Amino acid sequence: MKWGMVIDLQKCTGCGECVAACKRENNVAIVEPKESAMGRTMLWMDMLTIYEGEYPRLRVRQIPRPCMHCDHPPCAKVCPVRATYINEEGIVAQIYPQCIGCRYCMAACPYTVKSFNWYKPEWSPGIRNTANPDVSVRPVGVVEKCTFCVHRRQKAKEQAKSEARELREDEYQPACAEGCPTGAIVFGDLENSRHRVNHLAHSPRATRLLEDLGTEPKVVYLKEGD
Amino acid sequence: MENLSAQPHPDAPLLRPIESPARSFYLIVGILLAIILYTGIVYLRQILFGLGVTGMAQPVTWGFYIINFVFFIGISHAGTLISAILRLSKAEWRRPITRMAEVITAIVLAIGGLHPIIDLGRPDRMLHLFYNGRLQSPLLWDVTSITAYFTASTVYLYIPLIPDIAILRDRGVKPRWLYEFLSWGWQGTERQHKVLERAMNILMVIVIPIAVSVHTIISYIFAMTVQPGWHSTIFGPYFVVGAIFSGIAAILVLMIVFRKIFRLEGYLKHIHFNYLSILLLIMSLIWFYFTFSEYLTGYYGHEPNEMRVFWYKFTGDFAPYFWTMVSCNFFLPVLLLCNRKTRTIPGILIASISVIIGMWLERLIIVVPSLANPRLPYPTGIYIPTHTEWMLFIGGISVFVLGYMIFARFFPVISIWEIEEGRKESAKIVTERISSYMPDIEPSSPGGR
Repeated sequence: MKWGMVIDLQKCTGCGECVAACKRENNVAIVEPKESAMGRTMLWMDMLTIYEGEYPRLRVRQIPRPCMHCDHPPCAKVCPVRATYINEEGIVAQIYPQCIGCRYCMAACPYTVKSFNWYKPEWSPGIRNTANPDVSVRPVGVVEKCTFCVHRRQKAKEQAKSEARELREDEYQPACAEGCPTGAIVFGDLENSRHRVNHLAHSPRATRLLEDLGTEPKVVYLKEGD
Repeated sequence: MENLSAQPHPDAPLLRPIESPARSFYLIVGILLAIILYTGIVYLRQILFGLGVTGMAQPVTWGFYIINFVFFIGISHAGTLISAILRLSKAEWRRPITRMAEVITAIVLAIGGLHPIIDLGRPDRMLHLFYNGRLQSPLLWDVTSITAYFTASTVYLYIPLIPDIAILRDRGVKPRWLYEFLSWGWQGTERQHKVLERAMNILMVIVIPIAVSVHTIISYIFAMTVQPGWHSTIFGPYFVVGAIFSGIAAILVLMIVFRKIFRLEGYLKHIHFNYLSILLLIMSLIWFYFTFSEYLTGYYGHEPNEMRVFWYKFTGDFAPYFWTMVSCNFFLPVLLLCNRKTRTIPGILIASISVIIGMWLERLIIVVPSLANPRLPYPTGIYIPTHTEWMLFIGGISVFVLGYMIFARFFPVISIWEIEEGRKESAKIVTERISSYMPDIEPSSPGGR
């Protein structure tokens, strides 16, 4: 089993619903505007804006960017305390109570996907009431990032186990995939030929970010057609 | 035992600061303690509120703490390494220098070694390094090598200090219990000298590879990632060279300061400065050679991400720092030290201070630009250190000055017994050594051709 994600840029409208859904789902802290301007915004799913060419042939592209969940994660390689590691299902996970906050993984990640809790995370009372009880809140001084909504896998797996059957594809979907209004984000098992991701990841349009680094990302992008 | 302090000693200038310390000592210690106390409060604030009080953010997640960590550990290379190499190569002029160099190592290493802990988001979980440590992480290698270096260099400082402590004990210098305890019953017997010599010989051989490993491993922290500007094979030797370079500059500054304050003109002569500054000059040239190779390879490879970091340093936001670094580390010291007219004490002082500043800038230039230019298009700002980070830097320097002052208050900064030994035996040993490698004169045989 190897969980992976395919993002079809042809279908993506850059609406940002994945970013918002992720933030709600994972109780990602909302920092003050001043902090955000400093570069301390916390986004597990970010929307990158890429400018290509020059006016009048300027082209602006929007790319949703979760953690790549590399098969050879540069972050896990350097972690001194095994607070970030790749689990048996291919998810690059974080153990918050183990993290010492050295930020080596952040410095080593070529995709810059990790966020750090510079202060104790705080939420306004209104937002606090809508917090997701399934996801633990991170303390100050630790690194966090996209987990492919691993808590949802846990839930779905237990459900499937109690009913003594295999996990179905639609049972475990991360919040971004579930929320995407155009169905651009597809999630599933890359090794299971019945899952859509397995099929899509072999499309001729398939590409990965910074492929040449040999990190083997499990997030596959489908290029836009003409 | 009666008080022998009044007796004249051939090396009285070395004992004077210990037996009758200047009044200004307490004043300076007071000022330093005030600075350190304030730094402590600032650090406490960081512990209470989190690393948010620093100027670090995403993507520049490492700032002053890591820069100063590399910088301080670099300075620490001076000491033990230089002292061990000079002792090993039997350079006679080393005698008044080794102790000063070794003290730098011990103090700066303690300060530098604390910096990664200051940098931690969760210093309370520091012990995870021991019971959850992953030996595959370069950070763990660092913990190991720095601990080894600190242990070896403090022992290496202490062992040759024992006979001097015994001199102070025999002269009845206060506090007596301190010297009584630390001299370990040294009587100066032949057997004791033999043991001392054996211990020093073993230590100086051990210390050299450890010292080289320490800075190599610090460079590995950067080189083991795939980040542009860091992932370089020459980083190990490049860092070691830079470390020795900044270390020699630090020794020279301290020698000049102590010569002035303790009036040690009779011990630290022009020849010592001349030899060491030529070493500094050589290191400056080697440093330039490494820097040149590093950037030229990057430039010719022309990998786009590498080039973004390259231009960021050469013409971008970091250009002022980059060119100041090149001037401070190369142009100024080479100009000053190449010319015998400017290779005077003020000239050497300027060159050394310039090298220390330049080497700090080099650490800045290695750490920040690579982080500030992530591969993917993120909005990035400029890293501006806050008051907290500046204070911890100033505090670190204050701890160094204070530590050195306290050492110099209680122990001689120049090894008295080694100077005495040099006076008694050096000339004879050196003559013997030289004659031993002179070619033998062919015995004249009357019947030969």
